[in-house]
Amino acid sequence: MQKLLFSGLTGAIFGLGIAISGMANPAKVLNFFDVAGSWDPSLIFVMGGALITTAIGYRLVFGARARPVFDTEFHLPVNKTIDARLLTGSAAFGVGWGIAGFCPGGAIPALGFGGIEVIAFMGAMVIGIVLARAVDGLRHKPAKAF
Amino acid sequence: METDFTPWMSLGGGVLIGLSAILLMALNGRIAGMTGILTGIIPPFSTDWAWRIAFLAGAVIAPVIFLRSGGTIPYAVPVSLPLLALGGLIVGAGVYYGAGCTSGHGVCGMARLSPRSIAATVTFMIATGVTVYVVRHIAGA
Repeated sequence: MQKLLFSGLTGAIFGLGIAISGMANPAKVLNFFDVAGSWDPSLIFVMGGALITTAIGYRLVFGARARPVFDTEFHLPVNKTIDARLLTGSAAFGVGWGIAGFCPGGAIPALGFGGIEVIAFMGAMVIGIVLARAVDGLRHKPAKAF
Repeated sequence: METDFTPWMSLGGGVLIGLSAILLMALNGRIAGMTGILTGIIPPFSTDWAWRIAFLAGAVIAPVIFLRSGGTIPYAVPVSLPLLALGGLIVGAGVYYGAGCTSGHGVCGMARLSPRSIAATVTFMIATGVTVYVVRHIAGA
């Protein structure tokens, strides 16, 4: 129960951060990438602030604790391979982000206030994940959980 | 469509995103990647789905509370519904195969100096920039 409460609070901090940063605003996100047009460099400060904070905080956490509060181990990705799957998937994600202006972390906090546009994006995104997982399951053994 | 340059709000929001990532690691031992958290609650469920639902619910509710308390969140979607759906489909397939998105690779993975996340982030940032250029300045949308 405690774990759920704190998970909800942690999510709330994430959602508020995304919302006030501008990452949930497709107009702003697309302008960040539109260097040749109506450029808005604000998102450099989002990425910079998030990255520096996380880099410092992770060091403190890993230095201070052998295990997390509510689990027996830190679940860190073990895959180290930079392969075609990673790069093709990431390139496709970029194409979709450039078309829609929403990324997953930007869209989720917009669900509560964003209306039909973000619902359309999220619905299609979930279908995209389900389809990709189904195709992947046919071709390979099921992908391991994140 | 022009948007205001908001360095302080964006920096503040970025720091909050970072704090959330630190807390999720310290408490649950998990990467704050939205692709991973969301994928875990799309059937077939992962075994530990409950904290994911709680996290996502918090992320959806917090901006609503902020708005109701008098805060403002600038928001505009200069994209048609068919293109939003097309973009969503491609994002879904892309983050599945890429095993992460802006939060998982771009923030958490980069903060760990993970070579995979650095490669992924550089790739999707370039792809997004090229796509926006093509859509806005070549296709002329």
